[in-house]
Amino acid sequence: MEQRYYQKEIETMPVEEIKKLQSEKLVKQVRHVYDNVPYYRNLMEEKGVTPEDIHGIEDLYKLPFLTKADLRDAYPYGLLAKPLSECVRIQSTSGTTGRRVVAFYTQHDVDLWEDCCARAIVAAGGTNEDVCQVAYGYGLFTGGPGLNGGSHKVGCLTLPMSSGNTERQIQFMTDLSATILCCTPSYAAYIGETLKEQGYTPDQIPLKAGIFGAEPWTEEMRRGIEKTLGIKAYDIYGLTETSGPGVSFECCEQTGMHINEDHFLAEIIDPDTGEVLPEGSKGELVFTSLDKEAFPLLRYRTRDICVLSRKKCSCGRTLIKMAKPMGRSDDMMIIRGVNVFPSQIETVLLKEGYEPNYQIVVDRVGNTDTFDVNVEMTAEMFSDTVSGITEQEKALANAMKVMLGINPKVHLVAPKSIVRSEGKAVRVIDKRKLHD
Amino acid sequence: MLKQLTVFVENKQGALVDITDTLAANHVNLRALSIADTQDFGLLRLIVNDNDTAASVLQEKGYVLKITDVIGVKIGDQPGKLSTALSVLAQAGVNVEYLYAFMARTEKHAYVVIRPTDNAAAEKALEAASFHLITNADVEKL
Repeated sequence: MEQRYYQKEIETMPVEEIKKLQSEKLVKQVRHVYDNVPYYRNLMEEKGVTPEDIHGIEDLYKLPFLTKADLRDAYPYGLLAKPLSECVRIQSTSGTTGRRVVAFYTQHDVDLWEDCCARAIVAAGGTNEDVCQVAYGYGLFTGGPGLNGGSHKVGCLTLPMSSGNTERQIQFMTDLSATILCCTPSYAAYIGETLKEQGYTPDQIPLKAGIFGAEPWTEEMRRGIEKTLGIKAYDIYGLTETSGPGVSFECCEQTGMHINEDHFLAEIIDPDTGEVLPEGSKGELVFTSLDKEAFPLLRYRTRDICVLSRKKCSCGRTLIKMAKPMGRSDDMMIIRGVNVFPSQIETVLLKEGYEPNYQIVVDRVGNTDTFDVNVEMTAEMFSDTVSGITEQEKALANAMKVMLGINPKVHLVAPKSIVRSEGKAVRVIDKRKLHD
Repeated sequence: MLKQLTVFVENKQGALVDITDTLAANHVNLRALSIADTQDFGLLRLIVNDNDTAASVLQEKGYVLKITDVIGVKIGDQPGKLSTALSVLAQAGVNVEYLYAFMARTEKHAYVVIRPTDNAAAEKALEAASFHLITNADVEKL
């Protein structure tokens, strides 16, 4: 298949040229922020750095970080870099982890964001011949508006469905022969199950590709969706703070997401020390916007843990790739010297046929960490013999060992016995006293 | 074949009484029970007069349970009778995963609930040796 690009010159630009472009843009962006955002200027002054110290991307490390806490402190206008008269849009986060974040966009910012989404759609095989069903939520959430704009730019016939009303989704999908579906992976799986229940086989479903993001999903889930819908499923990444979906996107190789480096400069840092780590290291992903006008964030800490790679991609794109985030730096644990993320436990449970209802208990006895995982028994997995259940516990512990490199003790516990607070289960109990 | 209810029980105070209370409140009579326990959990095995009611009221309360086929054998209340039954199974090459016994209120008989590795083979061997096997319908009358 001929590989197509939305903006070929950028997407296949030699790495040295991309870095040069990033350096030029960074110098301007830092000046813009320093001159227009007192909140960030103060942070720079506290660190003793001025725009004159920034000559290119090699000086990025000198700049202070921004965190979610800064966004809360500066809510709503504290990080705005343009007069409201020049802004045309806001988008906002759900606010599940604290005060919501409101991001502002000029028309230039909206265009840039939609270009990023258009690149993702073309990378998934989209052309102006396609019918693109956008079943992400529309409104404050960035998913719907972002992919809607990208779909327009590519010239697809756009079905602005928003999420929900699955019957109607299926009716439009089949009546108008939608070829690309954009939504969260869990909704894609749900639509797939519903189609299957209604008797549709994958070859009767007109879709050929899906662009799924906005929530963590596993490789197993991808294969499941691809099989049920008879499509190729592409991952897309983004966050409201930097614009929305399209910060990075997957190509046909499906081995990580190309970052739109001309707009977003990525770094990997040690979440504890803030030190920049060399390429290929696992650490916290940090983004610097390079040419945003209204809401330009410099060195924004995403809390997502991942790895970057410049390995040559068969799709021809030279844009750096990020692995699917492996977890959040806030819930990363170090047990017996190994990094463990609750999401890894979750992956194993889903793969082994359990529900992701679990609790990790870490303690230290003498100088050794104990690592216990309580998993709720399900009706499907229940065996009526002690030996059967003991075998199940062993099998789960082995699967976790393969994933993590260290051996947990797995305990199957009664359903709903894992404490839930405010509806959300407490995933990790760390009883170690590692700090005084 | 006899149906047994196996319930996953957490090792914590009051776990068992919650189950027996629930069954009592729904007029389910217990005929026999046994508990297997480990450090982490227990398995409560029940023979009751009404499996359907017992299963649905416990499931409603969020218990994980399973209805398992087991063998119920009527054993004369005399020394050596159980040994005879077990040797029949051994000769038929059937292993016993677990067993427990109960007495009937009215007759001079003991009953043994056996979970063999192979239900069909166990049933065949015991019937061939003239043992009387009971079903849930029999249990209701005991």
